[in-house]
Amino acid sequence: MSNVIKFLDRLNYGVDAIGTNERAAFFSGRSIKKESKIDALNTIISMIDLTTLEGKDTAGKVYSICSKAIRPIPADSSVPHVAAVCLYPNMLKYAKRALEGSGVKLASVATAFPSGQFPLKLREEDTAKCIRDGADEIDMVISRGEFLKGNYDVVFEEIRRIKNICTEESKKASDKTGKEVNVHLKVILETGELETYDNVRNASIIAMLAGADFIKTSTGKVQPAATLPVTLVMLEAIRDYYNETGILTGMKPAGGIRKSKEAIAYLVMLNETLGYQWMTPDLFRFGASSLLNDVLMQLVKQKTGYYQGLDYFTID
Amino acid sequence: MKNNLALKKTSVGKSLGREMVYSPAPEDSSHIKINKRYDLFIGGKNVRTKKYFKTINPSNEKVLAEVSYADGKDVERAVSSARKAYDKYWKNLPARERGKYIFRIARILQEKAREFSIIESMDGGKPIRESRLVDVPLAIAHFFYYAGWADKLHFAFPGLKPEPIGVAGQIIPWNFPLLMAAWKIAPALACGNTVVIKSAETTPLTLYKLAEVIQEAGLPDGVVNIISGDGKTGSSLVNSPGVDKIAFTGSTEVGKIIMRSIAGTNKRLTLELGGKAANIIFEDAPLDAAVEGIINGIYFNQGHVCCAGSRLLVQESIMEHVIRKLKFRMKNLRVGDPLDKNTDIGAINSSEQLKRITELVESGVTEGAEIYQPNCTLPAKGYWFKPTFFTNVSQSNRIANEEIFGPVLSILTFRTPTEAVEKANNTFYGLSAGVWTDKGSKSFNILNKLKAGVIWANTFNKFNPASPFGGYKESGFGREGGKHGLEAYLNV
Repeated sequence: MSNVIKFLDRLNYGVDAIGTNERAAFFSGRSIKKESKIDALNTIISMIDLTTLEGKDTAGKVYSICSKAIRPIPADSSVPHVAAVCLYPNMLKYAKRALEGSGVKLASVATAFPSGQFPLKLREEDTAKCIRDGADEIDMVISRGEFLKGNYDVVFEEIRRIKNICTEESKKASDKTGKEVNVHLKVILETGELETYDNVRNASIIAMLAGADFIKTSTGKVQPAATLPVTLVMLEAIRDYYNETGILTGMKPAGGIRKSKEAIAYLVMLNETLGYQWMTPDLFRFGASSLLNDVLMQLVKQKTGYYQGLDYFTID
Repeated sequence: MKNNLALKKTSVGKSLGREMVYSPAPEDSSHIKINKRYDLFIGGKNVRTKKYFKTINPSNEKVLAEVSYADGKDVERAVSSARKAYDKYWKNLPARERGKYIFRIARILQEKAREFSIIESMDGGKPIRESRLVDVPLAIAHFFYYAGWADKLHFAFPGLKPEPIGVAGQIIPWNFPLLMAAWKIAPALACGNTVVIKSAETTPLTLYKLAEVIQEAGLPDGVVNIISGDGKTGSSLVNSPGVDKIAFTGSTEVGKIIMRSIAGTNKRLTLELGGKAANIIFEDAPLDAAVEGIINGIYFNQGHVCCAGSRLLVQESIMEHVIRKLKFRMKNLRVGDPLDKNTDIGAINSSEQLKRITELVESGVTEGAEIYQPNCTLPAKGYWFKPTFFTNVSQSNRIANEEIFGPVLSILTFRTPTEAVEKANNTFYGLSAGVWTDKGSKSFNILNKLKAGVIWANTFNKFNPASPFGGYKESGFGREGGKHGLEAYLNV
């Protein structure tokens, strides 16, 4: 734990809220047109974690999402598949079969998503079960209550233990299937509950130090979810952490990103804050459900010059 | 980035992304109307003169238009036209009516904002993003702000009787042509004065476009007269016996000449001159915001800013950190076509200015400072200079003392707050300064000790018409903007 404090201290400088908001707004001002827009739209599709996280989810809904994920526009094979499908643990078994061999990853929320207010032991079991059910990626939540009480060591320790489970279960799965399995851990900070940018920055660093492969803004169940400025704070934390350790951590803004224009602003921000190394689905994701159709609509517009009606895009 | 991102696996098991390429996004300038020739604007009419000079686009050296050169006689004509307008109707006009005219100018400008932005960028070389988001909206805001004051002057000076001065002779610089014109014209008119304003030599166009707006607003003939020319024209204006007040923004050198030449007359004077602002970064600063502040402080408008944060003072304990962040940030500065919406740094305003910047940068290298410039390609035609910073700079180096007025930053270090204040104040200028710390008490403590007219805390280069602007020491005197800005145009 003393390591955490030491590290936090080294990277601990304040975040100026006004400056951050202003800088974030700057990226929306970049004009991404023509070729660069088509490239950006394709990249965005390839970075989407297509998500459904509802109590009413069923096998039928999951199949529907999976086929959209694999082939976003049925008639156009040049459109890339999305990065992953993100589901509740109970839905994994349906998706596993549907995604087989498609290249689309299977992500599961775990650790008593979205509140995390369950005993650690159950959260650990939850994680292990997800991996056994075929999840390639785990989206965990941190204990915001502990964080806000100042128990950073508890938060750190919990993430570390979930990370260990990911590592152990990956190994077991590798041994069992003979294929290399390397389950990625995304750590959801739930920035809407942390409230201040200083908190977000500290939580980001704790998560990275504890072994997060990705840090993620939100569950999508709390408002505000992902915003440009809060994502910027996290990107800057990732860059500082990289400068200190050489470790590349991924970033996933999730919740509330619905329009292509917004998504392009995130991409521009990524490009200018972390640089080209991060411009890959391995290091950047959008957690979104309705974003995909808007991106597809814009993509078709760029290619044909015309906007298609909403009915030309499938509702899944 | 290409479709289906061809990705390469790296040693860490993560695939490598590719740089995002921004396609050119030029602002359409095909509909912009620039006349072949601009005459002086005197007494509400276009007045031809004997001589014309060319104004060019500094980003491609193409001639944009020919502009009238005003000699001594032309200047006298403009001054007497302003005098006549003052005596005949402007000074007798109810204040409320004056306000209406200024509001009208503001509204027409608002409608033509896009046109003004594009011309400002073509004539001056500044990025369209800046002229669209800063120059033009701020100029409009100044007109609106002072329009509101016109009939409320007695509230600004309770118990006193504020009276207009008469004819104001105004000389503006080339770095923010329209904005400086607004800073000068709006308060002068609101206070009941008439105006003869001289454009800068290299950037006269938006001022003549403003003449069209003034005509459209129906301002009585001669209330605002616009002339252009060189230093001689300016000198004729300053020395004209018909002028009651001089407002000058420009170099300290010329400011001194003006002061000398009007000594012994009863002309009123305000000067807004050069600067060599200290931007002080303490170790407890919000660093990422501070880096933005450094960038905005020195590279905004190619550093052609009198209040630019051209001397960076960094606490030694965080020097390495700041430099690393700054270098990374500078990689993303896009230098090029001013009309491209994604351009961050445009063209240097003139070949003359480019020469001066180059000379001072060379002196920095000769004096042993360490130069850094990001790897960027500059267009073949036009006047360009890479964003630059120097480390290992001493207080005694020329680049730490002289105003470069270009995208060149000198970085010095300090160890304690006392040393920071000492170094910051150790200049004959005193226009602006910046303080970066997350600690409010420290911020207030330091800014009370800085000798500068404008001090920004955890931000830089922020302007607002309600906020007074002006200098200490050889950066000039008098304030523009806010309630303070009224005093310069009134006898109270």
